[in-house]
Amino acid sequence: MAEKLKLEVVTPKGAVVSKEVDIVTAPGYGGEFGVLANHAPFLSTIKTGVLTYKTGAQEETLMVSGGFCEVSNNKLTFLVESAERGADIDVERAMRSKERAEKRLAEAQAQKEKFDRARAEAALQRALSRLKVAERHKPS
Amino acid sequence: MPSLKDVKTKIGGVKKTSQITKAMNMVAAAKLRGAQQKMEDFRSYAEKFNAAMGNLSSAMDSGAFPLMEKREVKTVEILVVTSDRGLCGSFNSNILKMTEKLIARLEGEGKKVTLVCVGKKSASYFRKTGKVRQRYLDLMGTFQMFNARAIAQDIAGNFLTGESDEVRIVYGKFKSVAVQRPAEQMFLPIQPDAVAATEATSSAAGAYIYEPSTEEIMEVLLPLYMNVMVYHAMLEVSASEHAARMSAMDNATNACKDIIHSLTLIYNKARQAGITAELMDIVGGAEALK
Repeated sequence: MAEKLKLEVVTPKGAVVSKEVDIVTAPGYGGEFGVLANHAPFLSTIKTGVLTYKTGAQEETLMVSGGFCEVSNNKLTFLVESAERGADIDVERAMRSKERAEKRLAEAQAQKEKFDRARAEAALQRALSRLKVAERHKPS
Repeated sequence: MPSLKDVKTKIGGVKKTSQITKAMNMVAAAKLRGAQQKMEDFRSYAEKFNAAMGNLSSAMDSGAFPLMEKREVKTVEILVVTSDRGLCGSFNSNILKMTEKLIARLEGEGKKVTLVCVGKKSASYFRKTGKVRQRYLDLMGTFQMFNARAIAQDIAGNFLTGESDEVRIVYGKFKSVAVQRPAEQMFLPIQPDAVAATEATSSAAGAYIYEPSTEEIMEVLLPLYMNVMVYHAMLEVSASEHAARMSAMDNATNACKDIIHSLTLIYNKARQAGITAELMDIVGGAEALK
């Protein structure tokens, strides 16, 4: 295998991941982006979504919410507000919060409440990413 | 001389008190461990965050952001972070004293002062001054990042609308288990100098690609930076609070022991005096019968 990347995912509650990986795919500001070894120095904001990293044939996914990431010298650091592994995600709870968020969103849209709408959208986004991560986790 | 029964009740009471203080000491010790752990976990995040901020602020032309804008200071907002509960020695009163001094100094310079209180102790202390703009109670101990975010957003909003021109934080800094000191820190406007302190170490990495532009990243990062600062202050205060309570309760338990000791002496003396008096009575009575 070629050179590796050092991936670190850090949240206010401590480091979640710290290991050598081959490739990382993350939800960036302008859409998904992938990082391989020897990437140019790079700094981007991160949206709520799914973070995937691969070591050899082993692929793992994480749900991350808002923050930013920094790439330099084959070191990839994610500073996010929260990060959850597929195994830790409570699918039922995520389902419920998805439904709740959808309902709120519909209500907010009806009343044209900008603030509530943004909040509901963020909640929906989180719930959806959680579900996605949980789903990918299941088959393995 | 107090009666035997009085002294005995008193000893019992003091014993109960020492049981309570001892229990509180142990609870505080356990909570302190939790709070320290939280601080430890947060440290790596904060360090990396500061490094990235340093990188960024060296790359961009500062001064273009409303949160960094320096204005003529007319109103100063002070964010006072204390604990929710008392019985932790002089910890809270030290913070409050420092705040009082700061207020006096600022008002001496002809500036208006408003307060944002986190923690019941500061809120109740400043309640009657009429300076309190906002209060956040019952957050300590269970607080999460989003509590800090709510506070940071509130303060930033106030700053951006021009209600306040400068924001400072006063909180209790955790030096060690034995030492906690009140500390004051500039909060807003965010100063690039303070931010860029770590810049020298990481700027060697070369020019970064920024996505989106540096300005837009900054717009996301600056509010986050505020969250980090508020959260950090809250973590420090909660760790300090437990450490202060631990030593205060330890002192109280020791004081209880001393009191019990001296009360026991009094009790024994009174008991002996009683026995002697009784013996005298008996001897006296036997004498009289002869």
